[in-house]
Amino acid sequence: MNPLLKVSKLSMDFGGLRALDSLDLEIREGEVLAVIGPNGAGKTTLFNCITGIYEPSGGDIYISNAGGGMERINGLLPNIITKKGIARTFQNIRLFPNMTVLENVMIGRHCRTHSRIIGAIFRGRSTVQEEKEVVRKSREILEQIGLSEYVNEFAKNLPYGAQRRLEIARALATEPFILMLDEPAAGMNPQETRELDDLIRGICDRENISILLIEHDMKLVMSISDRIVVMDYGKKIAEGAPDEVRNDPVVIKAYLGEEFAA
Amino acid sequence: MLNFSKIKKSLLTAIWFMFLTFPIMVIHINPVEKAVEWRWHNMFLVGAGSFLLSLLWHYLIKKKERCFKDAGACESDTAPFLQRFMNEPRLYKPALSALTVISLSFPFLFSSYQVNIMTTALMYAVLGLGLNIVVGLAGLLDLGYVAFYAVGAYSYALLNHHFGLGFWTVLPVGALLGALFGILLGFPVLRLRGDYLAIVTLGFGEIIRLILENWNEFSFGPSGIANIARPSFFGMQFPLKGATIYIYFLMIALALFTVFVVSRLQNSRIGRAWEALREDEIACQAMGIDKTRTKLSAFALGATWAGMMGVVFAARTTFINPASFTFIESAIILSIVVLGGMGSIPGVIAGAFILILLPEHLRVFSEYRMLIFGAVLIIMMVFRPQGMISMTRRIYRFENVKEGRGIDK
Repeated sequence: MNPLLKVSKLSMDFGGLRALDSLDLEIREGEVLAVIGPNGAGKTTLFNCITGIYEPSGGDIYISNAGGGMERINGLLPNIITKKGIARTFQNIRLFPNMTVLENVMIGRHCRTHSRIIGAIFRGRSTVQEEKEVVRKSREILEQIGLSEYVNEFAKNLPYGAQRRLEIARALATEPFILMLDEPAAGMNPQETRELDDLIRGICDRENISILLIEHDMKLVMSISDRIVVMDYGKKIAEGAPDEVRNDPVVIKAYLGEEFAA
Repeated sequence: MLNFSKIKKSLLTAIWFMFLTFPIMVIHINPVEKAVEWRWHNMFLVGAGSFLLSLLWHYLIKKKERCFKDAGACESDTAPFLQRFMNEPRLYKPALSALTVISLSFPFLFSSYQVNIMTTALMYAVLGLGLNIVVGLAGLLDLGYVAFYAVGAYSYALLNHHFGLGFWTVLPVGALLGALFGILLGFPVLRLRGDYLAIVTLGFGEIIRLILENWNEFSFGPSGIANIARPSFFGMQFPLKGATIYIYFLMIALALFTVFVVSRLQNSRIGRAWEALREDEIACQAMGIDKTRTKLSAFALGATWAGMMGVVFAARTTFINPASFTFIESAIILSIVVLGGMGSIPGVIAGAFILILLPEHLRVFSEYRMLIFGAVLIIMMVFRPQGMISMTRRIYRFENVKEGRGIDK
């Protein structure tokens, strides 16, 4: 069985700085894959390369397409990659602050709808139908994520944890098969983190969406992920099930320094 | 509330003003008698005036800050009021019918001069609504909007001059050419944002004007084009007075048409994409929105209205030259949008009426007209930066849902 996403020998240079150094990675169907590593290890750069915000300097990114084959997506525009089925959230929340919660999710439906300028002006039956469908579907997603009480609230007025969840809701609205979460638990309290744990696991199991996760909260990472990839200085230094990674001396060294490794 | 420090600040302001205005307000040289007059009473007036105004200023600022702190204490916001008004058929129906009666009977009750001003205000309302798409919704600061206005005006003037085409034929052509030039401007500025975009659009506006000024064979240069045909009514031409009234009604119809189209666009998939682009460009792309297409469509659909109004402008004045399309026009249209309320259709219309009608009716104080105009703009931006009527979001209602408030505080 092909992986859903395959990254091979991926490199990214910023001037003289090598943020990613021939990295290999695979996401399989129905799994939660966590990417961890110290600050500046290149995790977010990896995300930005996959989602098309950066064009990688070397290597390849493939995703499986409908025909079962693999398709190279290097350097495609972010909106095209989203349309192909990879959605993401951002490390520092990037909602549309002056739009309502519902509208934020409705934006996510953009790439799955088709009405054009003419349709918008004349508001024919198909446009009206589509618009209703967008509202219904967005509402449904909000309910599933547990934000339905905030529907008409401005996104910027939401509590922090709810804003993070709204980002996930918005990403889900694009109907992805891979959901990439960049530090979803950052700034959350333990209670919120536990809820997030259930939410992510639920998305993965019920919706059958594979999840690529960057996270620093080790408790969350260990409990939620099927596999973990550890990065340091743009390289992959370890990969495996949570238990393997936890006891790997290389990982401990990267995180805590030389003297703890022995 | 007016504590000692505020009074001290105001005193300092007053002294500062007295010092600044000393040379022009106090010293007066009488060349005939070769004597210097010292008008000390002027200094006193300046001092007292600036002291009082400064106190008032501090008081208002303080009041505004208090409103921010405990929300709900100041329910003077016009937006919820307007919202309530719009949702209450018993209130808005009579208001709407009164407005209809007034606007229909207006040209028969007032002089041609008044009708002309009103037509100008309507034209600027449409221009404002067009620019509102670009600036208010898509968040692209466009300082060269007048270029599209010029494109529309010259397309009618030239097509009429060379080929004798009529107003109604050129109206859609002007709109299309406006849209085309909008896209033309859009391509080079796709990667630009904020200040940089503003500079380039400013340059674009100047380029169009300079081309019109200097390319004599094409545009007849600074002397412009005269004797442009007025709009006809099914092939019929009106005398001057009739034509004024005819154009007035034409503008009412066009303004209604604009409001209709713009509000529908705003509440659509494309309108949402524009707003997402304004809010966060990277997130917008990550949500699957084609940035290029969205930006170009905003530029094109914004410029369409300017092109259309250009045609109306040429047909109305029957004479155009490049001097009508200077940067100040762009600035006025932009002020209409910002003062009225970015993204808000009633706001932009109100802004157009105030910014166009106010200076006209202030002609009595002709010397201080621009001073008052400037002061109004400054005061608005300090005390109500979101504009007179701020944009309200559409509220979606579902069964069994606790309603959140969709109105910004």
